[in-house]
Amino acid sequence: MIKAKKSVSPGGSNGDRWFKNITWLFALTVPLIFLGIVTILIINSWLSITKLGWGFLWGVQWDPLNDVYGALPFIYGTLATSLIALLIAVPLGLGCSTYLTEVLNSNVREYIATLIELLAAIPSVIYGLWGIFVLGPWLANSVEPFLKVTLGFLPFFQGPASGLGMLSAGVILAIMILPTITSISREVFQAVPQSLRESALALGATRWEMIKLAVAGPSWSGVIGAIILGLGRALGETMAVTMVIGNRSQITASIFSPGYSLAAVIANEFAEATSNLNLSVLIELALILFIITLLINGLARLLIWKTIGERTSS
Amino acid sequence: MENDWGKNFLLRKFKNYLFLTFVLICTIVAVIPLFSIIGYVLVKGIGAISLDFFYKLPTPVGEVGGGMGNAIVGTGILVLLACLLGLPVGLFGGIWLAQYGQGRKGFYIRYAADVLSSIPSIVIGIFAYVLIVMTLKRFSAVAGGFALGIIMIPTVTRTTEEMIKLVPRSLYEAGLALGLPEWKVILWIIFRTAWSGVLTGIMLAVARVAGETAPLIFTAFNSPYWTLKLDQPMASMTVQIYNYAISPFQDWHAKAWAGSLTLVFIILGINLLVRRLSKRITYG
Repeated sequence: MIKAKKSVSPGGSNGDRWFKNITWLFALTVPLIFLGIVTILIINSWLSITKLGWGFLWGVQWDPLNDVYGALPFIYGTLATSLIALLIAVPLGLGCSTYLTEVLNSNVREYIATLIELLAAIPSVIYGLWGIFVLGPWLANSVEPFLKVTLGFLPFFQGPASGLGMLSAGVILAIMILPTITSISREVFQAVPQSLRESALALGATRWEMIKLAVAGPSWSGVIGAIILGLGRALGETMAVTMVIGNRSQITASIFSPGYSLAAVIANEFAEATSNLNLSVLIELALILFIITLLINGLARLLIWKTIGERTSS
Repeated sequence: MENDWGKNFLLRKFKNYLFLTFVLICTIVAVIPLFSIIGYVLVKGIGAISLDFFYKLPTPVGEVGGGMGNAIVGTGILVLLACLLGLPVGLFGGIWLAQYGQGRKGFYIRYAADVLSSIPSIVIGIFAYVLIVMTLKRFSAVAGGFALGIIMIPTVTRTTEEMIKLVPRSLYEAGLALGLPEWKVILWIIFRTAWSGVLTGIMLAVARVAGETAPLIFTAFNSPYWTLKLDQPMASMTVQIYNYAISPFQDWHAKAWAGSLTLVFIILGINLLVRRLSKRITYG
C-alpha cells in the first residue's frame, strides 16, 4: 500500500531518498569516529611501538627526561586500584540491589535507587576534591591504622598510612562504579520471572533461600556482566584517580603507598611531553588502556545481553 | 524428629535474618557517600561562594576575592560547541537507527555507539589533541568542544532511537495515509511526538559533558582571561576546580569547593529535572 502511494508521487519518494541518505550519513559517522580513534592511536604510537618494542610493557623505570620508559607500574596501578574497587563495590552493590528488588516493596525503593544513581551524575573532579579533603584524611586517620593492627601481618597492609595512595583511589572508584553495578544487577534481577520467586516461597523457602533457589540461577551471568561493566568504568576513570592515587610510578604490595595509573599518567604528563617519543609513549599508554577497556566492555555486553535480551539488535 | 525439624527451622530463620541485615547494611552504606559528598560540597561551598564568584576573573595567588566568571562562561561555550557536533550526529543517527536500522547495518551502528560510550574520556581527549591541537599548534576551545561532542554522541543517538521507537506505529501509518511523504511524517509527526523524551536524553548528555575534565586538560586547556575566541585556550569550571584542588593554597581550595557547589547544583539539577519529566512521558 505504501509502495503504491510512493509511485503516485515521485517527488515525495525523491525527498524520502534524500532523507534516508542524509540520516544514513550521520549514522555512519558513529563507526567512523570509532575507526578514526583506533587509527589515530595506532599511527601516533607507532614510533614508540617500534622503538621500545614489547619490553615497554614490563619495564619498571619511568624517566622521560632520559627517554627511559616502562609501562608496568601504570598497568599495575590501574589493575590494583580497580581490583580494590571491585572487592568493595561488588558485595555492596549486589547487597543493595538485592535489598531494592527482593526485600523493599514500596515507593521507598525508587527513592533509594534514585539516590544511588545520582552518584553516577557527580563529576569525577568533585569525587577527586572530596577524596583529597574528606576521604583521604579519614582513611589515613581511622581506616588504615585499624587495618594495620588487624591485618598488618599481610604485606598489603604495611607501611606508613597516607591519605593519598592506592587504597584511596580504590575506595573512590568503588563509590563511582557502585551505581553501575547496582542499577544493572537490579535490571537483571527484575528480569527473573515473578512466578519462579512465588513457587520458591510456596515451597516454604525463606527469602534468602528463595534468592538462592530462584533468583541466583537465571541471573548470574547478567550479574557478572554488571560487575565487568563496572570494572570497565573503573579502569578508564581518570580525574578522581589522578587526584588521590599519589602519582608515583612504583610497584609496591602495600595499598597504603602511592601508585600511578595509565589514565593518571596521561592526564598529568601529556600536555608537558618533552619529545616526540615521549608523546608517542603516552599515546601508546592510551592505546593499552583503550584495548583493555574494549575487551572488558565487549565481554560485559555479551553477558548482559544473554540475560536481559539483546537490545542492540532488536 | 520433630525437635530436629524445629532446630533446623530456627537455623534457617537465623540465616534469613542475617542475610536481611546484610543487605540492609549494604544499602545504608551505599547511600552514605552521596550524602557526604553533597554535604561537604554544600557546607564548604556556601562558605566560599559570593556574588563576585560568578562574574569576576580568577585572581593570582595571595590576592583575595575574584571568582570563576570566565570558567562558567567557558563551560557554557564548550557545551554549546559539543552540541554543534553531538546533536546533529546523535539526532539524525538516532532517527536512522529507529526508522531504517533493522538489518545488519543497524546492528553495527548500534554496536559502534555502545563501544564509543565505553571508551575512557581521556582517550577521546587524545583523539581531539592529535586531530585539532596538533594541527592548529595550540590549545583551543574548538578542540575541547570536539572532544565533548564525541562523548555526547552515543547517549543522544541511543535515546533518540529508543524514544522514536516508543511512538505508536499507527501515527506513522496515519501520516502516510494522509498522503505526506515519509520524511515529513518522520520529522513533523514522529520526531515531534518523541521530542520530550529526546530532550531528556540531550539534557543528560549535556549534564555529563559539563562535568568532564579529562578530555579538556590538554584540548581546551585553561585560561585566566575572558575570551570568546574559539581558536584560543578556554577556561572551564572542571579544569579550574582541578587546578585549585591540587594547589597548596587554602584560598584556592575554598574556591574549588565553591566551584564544585555551582557545578553540582547545575548537574544534579538537570538530572533531577529529567527524572521528573521522564516519569510523565507517555505516548499514544
